[in-house]
Amino acid sequence: MSKTYSKLNLSKTTKSNFITYLLVIIVYLIVQFLIAGGHMSSLMKGLLVPLCIYIMLAVSLNLTVGILGELSLGHAGFMCAGAFAGAFFSKCMQGSMPDMLRFLIALILGAAVAGLFGILIGIPVLRLKGDYLAIVTLAFGEIIKNLVNVLYIGRDSDGFHFSMKDSISLRLKEDGEIIINGAQGITGTPHDASFTIGVLLILISLFVIQNLVNSRDGRAIMSIRDNRIAAESIGINITKYKLMAFSISAAIAGVAGVLYAHNLSTLTALPKNFGYNMSIMILVYVVLGGIGNIRGSIISAVILTLLPELLRGLSDYRMLIYAIVLIAMMLLNWSPKAIEWKERIRETYFSGWKSGKGDSAKTAAKGKGVR
Amino acid sequence: MALLEVKNLTISFGGLRAVDDFQLSINKGQLYGLIGPNGAGKTTVFNLLTGVYRPDEGIIKLDGRDITGLKTININKAGIARTFQNIRLFKEMSVLDNVKVGLHNSHQYHTLEGIFRFPKYFKVEREMNERAMELLKVFDLDQEAGYLAANLPYGKQRKLEIARALATGPKLLLLDEPAAGMNPNETGELMDTIRFVQKEFDMTILLIEHDMKLVSGICEELTVLNFGRILTQGKTGDVLNDPQVITAYLGE
Repeated sequence: MSKTYSKLNLSKTTKSNFITYLLVIIVYLIVQFLIAGGHMSSLMKGLLVPLCIYIMLAVSLNLTVGILGELSLGHAGFMCAGAFAGAFFSKCMQGSMPDMLRFLIALILGAAVAGLFGILIGIPVLRLKGDYLAIVTLAFGEIIKNLVNVLYIGRDSDGFHFSMKDSISLRLKEDGEIIINGAQGITGTPHDASFTIGVLLILISLFVIQNLVNSRDGRAIMSIRDNRIAAESIGINITKYKLMAFSISAAIAGVAGVLYAHNLSTLTALPKNFGYNMSIMILVYVVLGGIGNIRGSIISAVILTLLPELLRGLSDYRMLIYAIVLIAMMLLNWSPKAIEWKERIRETYFSGWKSGKGDSAKTAAKGKGVR
Repeated sequence: MALLEVKNLTISFGGLRAVDDFQLSINKGQLYGLIGPNGAGKTTVFNLLTGVYRPDEGIIKLDGRDITGLKTININKAGIARTFQNIRLFKEMSVLDNVKVGLHNSHQYHTLEGIFRFPKYFKVEREMNERAMELLKVFDLDQEAGYLAANLPYGKQRKLEIARALATGPKLLLLDEPAAGMNPNETGELMDTIRFVQKEFDMTILLIEHDMKLVSGICEELTVLNFGRILTQGKTGDVLNDPQVITAYLGE
């Protein structure tokens, strides 16, 4: 009995993860098909890479908010750290190694730098709880963005020069070039990002997060979310697992940042792209898709990114309808009556699907929503 | 030699001596009861034993090893597991996963082995599933393994908490009012379960309880606390007939 159950449980989880991968791949193929058939406007094509970025951000923030259960409002800050680390590397190494290898290293470097920031910020911040933690992460996100805005780095035959004042105080020689120019940011980043790479990175992020959640460490992280005192009493190292979740989440945001930097020729840290508006927008994706529900994050990121563009024809009413759709989706997804109704539908028509209960990520999402 | 040896344990909160000069000695395999009126300091003793609070004075020895002042997780690793007065389950996780979190330290693989699904991941996870199902079976919870812990009925939640504590492989099990909120039927069933755990796992158990039927039914020895001090200690029958104890519970 116990043996059959253990097998069953593993295969169920794998099945649920597999559906998520499949969903991404199918959407990718459909988009490729549309592009090949010439059915996609250049505006839409321009949205594809940002879409991948938003999905990665939403999925990674869900690790902090849904799985670890801590509200973080500084996610765009980690994206910023990753973006500048990756763009800096690419700018320095441009031409001195193959493009793909350089981009790959930039991605890894972006993840590492953002992950490091995650650990550094996490150590003081994760001692706090709830609203306090949210406010402090918000502040740290803004700090990262503003630090980058006063950062000047240049390079000449002597090596790297660094300043926090202005570009003149770098004292570059005549052959020198400014790499990071304060508020003007980094210009001339190579354009390496593509939709295919974006989708690949989404799949890798999903692989890391879903496999983490369904492992020993993932259970430890969720146990902290559900009851910290009980988790401690059965020997779970709270600090270690909080930091682990927080830094992995930051690292994936960093990768998204590198992708963002390599999709634009000029990278600047503005409130629009790395400020708290961005952090809150990502949080909206996560909440709407279901806290703790990875697949939901992907779907809501797609819908909410495409919606304003699809409604463009309605000009002035665009944002009004966007807001109404937002509210309607929220009600439909999370009001107790709607959940009851969905359960009923599922039980009557898809009774076979109830087996999904063994999947911890999914059940976690369901429970969280009800609460 | 005694499994748990507590000497001279004292803690104050502000001016209040919540626990004062507490002594306790429990032999291996014993079922020991800690009773006393509300606010007597019983749960504080548990919190001292499990490292939630650091004692101002006193020594706690488990199996001859001094564990005074250790952190909660290290005390758990040393061999003390507990349940809580107000149930603290991982409510949004499945019943099976609750027990598997308890197996966290005894069944290990590296984070990367988990993410990249090395063969060791599957091997250890299978072992964890089997061990967890064995434990759930003991508590007659195996049919509910896939349920969310929050969806279990009250009595079963209590049992799951005990199963989770046992999963950490403790030498000493602390039960904080296991029968709280149970009807007489459930209490009777719980008594059988506790006795079963004592025999089957060769477990030493210290429990706090208000239900005198349960206490007199299963505890071999008792300590009575009143206002943070020990009122009396000894064999269950003697203690319950002690006029001092009757006064403390019922008044003059």
